Amino acid sequence: MKLLEHEAKAILKERGVAVPPNGGVIAKTAQLSAALKRAGKAPWVLKAQVLAGGRGKAGGIKLAKTPKEAAVLAKAMIGMDLITHQTHGQAIKVKELLIEGGVKIERELYFSVVMDRKAAAPAIIASAQGGMEIETLASEKPEAIIRMTVDPVVGLRDFAARRLAFALNVPNDRVGEFAKTAKALVKAFIDLDASMLEINPLILTPKGVMALDAKVITDDNALFRQPVLAKMKDHEATALENEAKAADISYVGLDGSIGCMVNGAGLAMGTMDTIALAGGSPANFLDVGGTANEERVTKALKIILKDKKVKAVLINIFGGIVKCDMIAAGVVGALKKIKLKVPLVVRLQGTNVEAGKEILRKSGIPVIQADELWDAAKKAVEAAK
Amino acid sequence: MAIILDKDSKIVVQGFTGSAGSFHAQQCIAYGTQIVAGVTPGRGGQTHLDRPVFNTVHDAVRSTGAFVSLIFVPAPFAADSIMEAVDAGCSVIICITEGIPVLDMARVKRYIQQAERGGRELTLIGPNCPGVITPGECKAGIMPAFIHKPGPIGVVSRSGTLTYEAVDQLTKRGLGQSTVVGIGGDPINGSSFTDILAKFEADPATEAVVMIGEIGGSAEEEAARFFKEKMTKPVFGFIAGKAAPEGRRMGHAGAIVEGGAGTHASKIAALRAAGITVVENLSEIGETVARARKPLAA
Repeated sequence: MKLLEHEAKAILKERGVAVPPNGGVIAKTAQLSAALKRAGKAPWVLKAQVLAGGRGKAGGIKLAKTPKEAAVLAKAMIGMDLITHQTHGQAIKVKELLIEGGVKIERELYFSVVMDRKAAAPAIIASAQGGMEIETLASEKPEAIIRMTVDPVVGLRDFAARRLAFALNVPNDRVGEFAKTAKALVKAFIDLDASMLEINPLILTPKGVMALDAKVITDDNALFRQPVLAKMKDHEATALENEAKAADISYVGLDGSIGCMVNGAGLAMGTMDTIALAGGSPANFLDVGGTANEERVTKALKIILKDKKVKAVLINIFGGIVKCDMIAAGVVGALKKIKLKVPLVVRLQGTNVEAGKEILRKSGIPVIQADELWDAAKKAVEAAK
Repeated sequence: MAIILDKDSKIVVQGFTGSAGSFHAQQCIAYGTQIVAGVTPGRGGQTHLDRPVFNTVHDAVRSTGAFVSLIFVPAPFAADSIMEAVDAGCSVIICITEGIPVLDMARVKRYIQQAERGGRELTLIGPNCPGVITPGECKAGIMPAFIHKPGPIGVVSRSGTLTYEAVDQLTKRGLGQSTVVGIGGDPINGSSFTDILAKFEADPATEAVVMIGEIGGSAEEEAARFFKEKMTKPVFGFIAGKAAPEGRRMGHAGAIVEGGAGTHASKIAALRAAGITVVENLSEIGETVARARKPLAA
């Protein structure tokens, strides 16, 4: 789950990381003057609260020197369609602005913590060239990037934080403050079960160190022990994705016309690929899970069919933990409750496959059955035409 | 010969009396696997599936001589269970559990590295995987046994059901498997593709390997490098996720750690450049291997 800038900053502030004077989040221009007052003296910064990066260049971050200027900007920004290089050509509607007091920037650094798969540990990625997109920096000046692995049990040690400060040419009078901030950021990463925490830029002010922006992605597997995060809204998820999540179903909506229900994430991806290879396009990724029961199958089918783009449904189950007869019974049960208006292709393999096929045959439901995935994909593509 | 497990492997099941543990332990026993004990804290002294139940892995190992642990413990407690198995002296640990926090796995890896520095040899398979099967000898996992048959093809995969798909295709074309290993779909896992490829390369019973990867991370790219430098046996590779949307699971700074790797295109390119036979159509894995092994007479 990705946190919005203001959510991430609130969490970091509680953990001892300095952030700019906070005027709060506004959704209406009427809330602006109070927010400006809370943020303190001019100038102010108005920041669109969307998840995509690259907001500055796209017009999602503006500086206002007077309340009047702020009002004009706020009016233009609330409700604007933001297209950044990270939104893949699609516009994101700006619903909220974060209002902050301007701060004096002496230097901009880049600082992030990620989970390094290969090292099997958190890793700090930092650079003295902050503000720049890290991808750009990586391809143009890889030598300007510093990497440091962190022990997941201990966190960032004092000496390591100091080494980082000196490597980034932090002036002597702010090395202590930088080390404190770096340690707090790494601790936040660990305590929050984050998979990514990015501060770009982390700035040096004349007196200290401050997070001017904040991006946090959390590990959904750890939400059971993160009560605060678990209560937060997943801003990226669509209504259907949230509905699926509540039912413990892994679902991602896509643009195509063939709805998929598959068991296992790998096979779900492989099924999407096969549909694409057969000339169709998948409407979704859906992993019904390893312990799917009739209720889950019903729920999954309901979610797939709520997507109006769906012209055909392909159910592809390779029974391991999941038994094919149980899936078949689930499909039959679901179709007693849902009126199916599009063709349904079902491909069952693995545990109890014959019993599963028999249940489908006897049900009288018009199911197109297939034995092989390629055959199933071709039938689904044909049916969706 | 097989890699990781054979008919003599003695296995203790952690999370033995739970519903998943019970069901799958039973299936493994039916296959002929030597499940010799189970562990469920608080139920030591009982008998389950005709096997003794112990409170701790230490007790189970001491009483039965098991050196393999198969874990079905729920995600919040699974990392601790892996470390318990390490501490109890197990040399092979297979963790089926899905949904373990990534940070827990980072801590588990540290723990295993410490044990290895002390001279121990450890193999962790998983988590979030179907387990390991040596067809005809030993099944330690949740895979449907009947799709497998003994033979010369090694299979290694990040996904459970994709593995079944590939194995089914192989078996239907008369190609049996030496060992089938699910290394798991989590960002941090016990054994990498490279670890398993090295075992297959050294295994006289394995003649060719099917490797099934997916988008994210750089394990496939590293495996490609290993193949090029160290392997003599042919490898057939499939990568899932060509049609998957970008950016939903990968953070930006994460992409940089991998050095631009992690996309479907980059993995396919790495495999091809190394000389691995790339299979584009999931449905053609079995056929591709079969064709390569029986070249048409001129």
